Amino acid sequence: MFRRLPDTDVPTIEVTIDGRGARVRAGDTVAAALISAGVLASRVADVSGAPRAPYCMMGVCFECLVTVDGVGNRQGCLVPVVPGMRIETQRGKREVDL
Amino acid sequence: MSRELREADVAVVGGGLVGAAVAWGLARLGTRVVVLDEGDVAFRASRGNFALVWVQSKGLGMPEYAAWTKLSSDLWGQFARRLADETGLDVAFRRPGGFHLCLSEREVENRAAMLKRLHNQPGIVKYDYEMLDAAQVRAMLPQVGPEVAGASFCPLDGHVNSLRLLRALHAGMQQHGATYLADHVVERIEPRGGGFRLAIRCGEVRAGKIVLAAGNGNARLGPMVGLDVPVRPQRGQIIVTEKVAPFLDYPIVTIRQTDEGSVMIGDSVEEAGWDTTVGAGVVSAEAERAVRMFPHLARLNVVRTWAALRVMTPDGFPLYQQSVGSPGAFVATCHSGVTLAAVHALVLAPAIARGELPAEQYGAFSPRRFHVPATA
Repeated sequence: MFRRLPDTDVPTIEVTIDGRGARVRAGDTVAAALISAGVLASRVADVSGAPRAPYCMMGVCFECLVTVDGVGNRQGCLVPVVPGMRIETQRGKREVDL
Repeated sequence: MSRELREADVAVVGGGLVGAAVAWGLARLGTRVVVLDEGDVAFRASRGNFALVWVQSKGLGMPEYAAWTKLSSDLWGQFARRLADETGLDVAFRRPGGFHLCLSEREVENRAAMLKRLHNQPGIVKYDYEMLDAAQVRAMLPQVGPEVAGASFCPLDGHVNSLRLLRALHAGMQQHGATYLADHVVERIEPRGGGFRLAIRCGEVRAGKIVLAAGNGNARLGPMVGLDVPVRPQRGQIIVTEKVAPFLDYPIVTIRQTDEGSVMIGDSVEEAGWDTTVGAGVVSAEAERAVRMFPHLARLNVVRTWAALRVMTPDGFPLYQQSVGSPGAFVATCHSGVTLAAVHALVLAPAIARGELPAEQYGAFSPRRFHVPATA
């Protein structure tokens, strides 16, 4: 669906997406990493249950909410990937530990 | 542009929760209703409120208000079911009982004393409430923080999705044939020929009766038909968090989790005129108390804050009156448009349709109470 621009080679780093190892580009945001890894539905909406995907990619629309390192409702398009990051597509509402 | 001319049995001025509840109640009785509303720029308490259906603590100084509030709470279940049957919209009314949490022994004592005074009033309606100590609160609300010292609990308290309530009332009244007109600010009202002529910018509306339900706008409109409506704006500020999995089974007077998962925080009261600016000081204080009550709230992201204006009378109680000089002109105004929506729709609207607000039910709510001489 999406293709990388043919620019220079950029180092990749290792993260996990829904528990599976994935190599993503250093400097990408979580949302960009998900898109380039072929994950189209990055969450399931908390009220309607509909599958949703990153949309504005600039922090406005809140469509790209994902769970990052165990914390839900992170805006994927605003969080840069780091080595070892655990990225999970979000199913419904964020759980909050009491 | 051609001038608009409309006729109706009843013109309701104001399309917020009070006006829409009365209009729905009138329309379902077969009354031809037109609702004249402002546009999106209106100060819309109906979209800024906290959405509690709340009984405890209401009516100190006016026992009739406690009875009126309890009646609405008791009617709310059937009111919500009728709206759902008619419109397919579930307004998410829940009445699990509600808490007023206290963060010190002193707050507990003050709370207990206030409720005792309220329930000792002559003629007060009887209903259950109880003071709970810290251990009793923890048994029902295990998530509370260590500073919670006690609470009052009333099984009649509940909450609702008030945005969906406004939408359901609008959908329902239009299904019953009511006409809703936005951007129809009423400029003048003139009694004419046993009815009323309401001047709007682009024309006029003629109606046999009128109901002033324009919130703080009633102060301007009332005198046009001989009604004194001393209401003023009173600011409240609200914080809303991201949606999270359900964790709070009961509404707290200052904190509730909505049916869709957001947490709403806020109960501030400020005299700030028409200023709807959000102040960091007030929302910080609200958030600080909320986190002391439920420490895990500190980890939630705030997604919105806003300020809205209550519609406040000098004593804080509702105001219902038919004009003596211009019979057929009614005013209905309060700061409890959510709690009282059920009685407005199911009790007040039929009374307006009959053309009379019986003194035994409505006498205490007349604005005449503001003009009692200081000495007898």
